[in-house]
Amino acid sequence: MSRPHATNVVGSDQPGEHRGLPARSNTPRGNAGTLTPERAFQAICLLALLLPLLLLLVLIGQALAGGWDRLTWGFLTSYPSRFPEQAGILPALAGSACLMLLTAALAIPIGAGAAIYLEEYARPGRLTWFIEVNISNLAGVPSILYGLLGLELFVRALQMGRSLLAGAATLALLLLPMVIMVSREALRTVPQSTREACYALGADRWQTIRRVVLPMSLPGILTGIILSLARAIGETAPLITIGALTYVAFVPDSLHSPFTALPIQIFNWISRPQAGFHVNAAAGILVLLAIMLVFNSVAIGLRARFRRRLA
Amino acid sequence: MSMQSQEPQPSTRSPHRAGEGPPAQANSFGGNAANVPVSKMGVENLCAWFGDTEVLKDITLPVAERRSTAVIGPSGCGKSTFIRCLNRMHEVVRGARVAGRVFLDGQDIYAEGINPVRLRQRVGMVFQKPNPFPTMSIRENVLAGLRLQKVRIRYEDEVVEQALGQAALWEEVKDVLDRSGGNLSGGQQQRLCIARALALEPEVLLMDEPCSALDPIATSKIEDLIAELSDRYTIVIVTHNMQQASRVADYTAFLYLGRLIEYGTTEAIFQNPSCKETEDYITGRFG
Repeated sequence: MSRPHATNVVGSDQPGEHRGLPARSNTPRGNAGTLTPERAFQAICLLALLLPLLLLLVLIGQALAGGWDRLTWGFLTSYPSRFPEQAGILPALAGSACLMLLTAALAIPIGAGAAIYLEEYARPGRLTWFIEVNISNLAGVPSILYGLLGLELFVRALQMGRSLLAGAATLALLLLPMVIMVSREALRTVPQSTREACYALGADRWQTIRRVVLPMSLPGILTGIILSLARAIGETAPLITIGALTYVAFVPDSLHSPFTALPIQIFNWISRPQAGFHVNAAAGILVLLAIMLVFNSVAIGLRARFRRRLA
Repeated sequence: MSMQSQEPQPSTRSPHRAGEGPPAQANSFGGNAANVPVSKMGVENLCAWFGDTEVLKDITLPVAERRSTAVIGPSGCGKSTFIRCLNRMHEVVRGARVAGRVFLDGQDIYAEGINPVRLRQRVGMVFQKPNPFPTMSIRENVLAGLRLQKVRIRYEDEVVEQALGQAALWEEVKDVLDRSGGNLSGGQQQRLCIARALALEPEVLLMDEPCSALDPIATSKIEDLIAELSDRYTIVIVTHNMQQASRVADYTAFLYLGRLIEYGTTEAIFQNPSCKETEDYITGRFG
């Protein structure tokens, strides 16, 4: 009895029509105006999205209103000054750029190497588990503690002084747990079936890692590293702790030269009483935001290209 | 569940040469005397484990040269594990173990001093899910195995065309060789994987349910291909599809719960099975 009935339901009179999928407007609970639990949940989620967006807009708006006029070529290419109208961010900009390059040079090989070891070579066991848990923990340690560690280890024990190198080493330390974690995630996206395909062609583990696993996970690793660097460029506390200068009238010229960085310059200006410096701080924030936007766009672009290629 | 009388007895003298063994072994492939194939591989008392779970129990089986052998059985019977033992892919998985012997041209591939990497160059494999290398072009996928082994390829174009031709894919992709292999359809990807395996000119080709992820049209293309390739290559194909086994295989082995229940010519297994379990399975009473 039930069978012919069932076929009758499925077999619609109009053969071209999509069967079994009712049109959206026909759903009984979809009538506008009624508050269903799902609608309430949807509204709460929307609110959760809008709130941080709004805060970000206010921040950007305020910085734009305060600093847009100050944002000239001269501002980017001048040294700090006692007079807010003449002050610029050249040393801070150069310091931040050098810092990022050095940090990346230190954090990428160590972080990616550690991730490759943990993911591809380490045998799962208590020790590996212990290391994994601690890397996750380290990623959550407040950055000022890294600053204190950098001060004791790099500045004092290793006698690097309050130099660019000490700053980069401290930031690299701060980034390592994050770089390791994102790199491991990227390595894990390479499916076991692809690795096995490589083994089945008579490849050994090293060839499999080099020819298949790394090329497939590289964009993911790069994306993670760029996002980590975008975070590092805004880090202030550890740099202040290790003693980055707040007034620098020169561009760093060696690994050992003293330095300042954009967030420190901003912090310095904002804590001064004169209103002119507050305008400078707002302009500095705009520059910092623009740099982060570029970093994040590159990361998103890379990820999109990567996804398309694997699709 | 013991070995059937037509099964070859484990023989330490020459487990791999059907024609030279005792009478029971001469019969092992069930063909007429003039056309008895040579055994390319021989499996003896093979047991395999995942951790503490024994998934293969004392399997003894010949693999005929330049013929196709199907391994059938319900899900979880150990078919895939069995085929992965033939090129030592089983041990790639953590916690996996193997005991027993597997001969390739008379040489135990589990003997000490045998490099599994070298072995896999002789025993190629095609997997359940098509797995071309997504970062490589179609052309590079085909050449991947040769590149990995640092073989100097003098006539790259010829190698690519020949392998893709054998895999019945050349006509479809000859104009897009530099596009990514990941852009092909599922059936094309699987044929690309077959081409990738064939480019190495393996002596044995293992296929682990090569059609399970494909639609009927792609499946029939691959089945035609297997039938064609079995003239030149020794093929072992795992399948849960009995019709497929009867269509493409010269010999069929039926595995159930990790044991070999029955082995014989495909004809004998499907028309005149000597075990009740085999009969029940091929007539669809379970599985």
